Amino acid sequence: MASKIKVKVKLNGDVAEVKSLMLHPMETGSRKDPDLGATIPAHYITELTFLNNGQNVMTVHCSTAVSRDPYFSFSFSGAKAGDTLAVRWVDNLGETDSVETVLG
Amino acid sequence: MHLSRRIFLHGSVALAALWAVPRALLASAWPSKAFAASAASEAMTELFGTDQATPSSAISLTAPEIAENGAVVPVSVETTLQNVQSVSIVVEKNPRPLAISFEIPAGTLPEMACRIKMGETSQVTAVVKTDSGLFSASKEVKVTIGGCGG
Repeated sequence: MASKIKVKVKLNGDVAEVKSLMLHPMETGSRKDPDLGATIPAHYITELTFLNNGQNVMTVHCSTAVSRDPYFSFSFSGAKAGDTLAVRWVDNLGETDSVETVLG
Repeated sequence: MHLSRRIFLHGSVALAALWAVPRALLASAWPSKAFAASAASEAMTELFGTDQATPSSAISLTAPEIAENGAVVPVSVETTLQNVQSVSIVVEKNPRPLAISFEIPAGTLPEMACRIKMGETSQVTAVVKTDSGLFSASKEVKVTIGGCGG
């Protein structure tokens, strides 16, 4: 399956500005199905990691209070064109998704 | 039969170890107790061992004055504090106040943005952990339509 993570990286010298958007329902577990009235079980990303050339540049721990289709941006230094940035998330049901982007 | 089963078992143990080691090295585990806490101070204590953070003007917390849709509230945090280890966002009135926590390795700049859900009008606090303690900045965000479902 194609990855549902979109990553854009802008290099300013050795600083990489990372913007990422992923598709995920981020269900809180307290929302009710409007038709059935049954509670929709919690389903949310718990941990997101960004690795640049295998080295951790950011770990994000999420709760259900992160909006549906989460967006994150951050910057890290020590980046150069040709580096490979890997993004991976895991959710509370053990599902994962990942994508790799080459900088520059 | 037995041999292949043994090889398979050994293989899976080795794989599990390979997977576990880098995770342990990279960052702390997902703080389940802090995320389950129903009060902001409890979440802080679970995460940091204390609920006391020093208000700091070196932290800039950007969030809307009024969020029309509580399901999508853009929040960004930036700080000039040095040696930042983590940045967490706490929404006081949410059923589970700890919304998100960024673990920041050396080399990563202490500036980040995300979008969170807010159930009702609340103080939003950014808690920045550095090697010299806990610092915070707060802002009230008015929510017109809550975004926690239900």
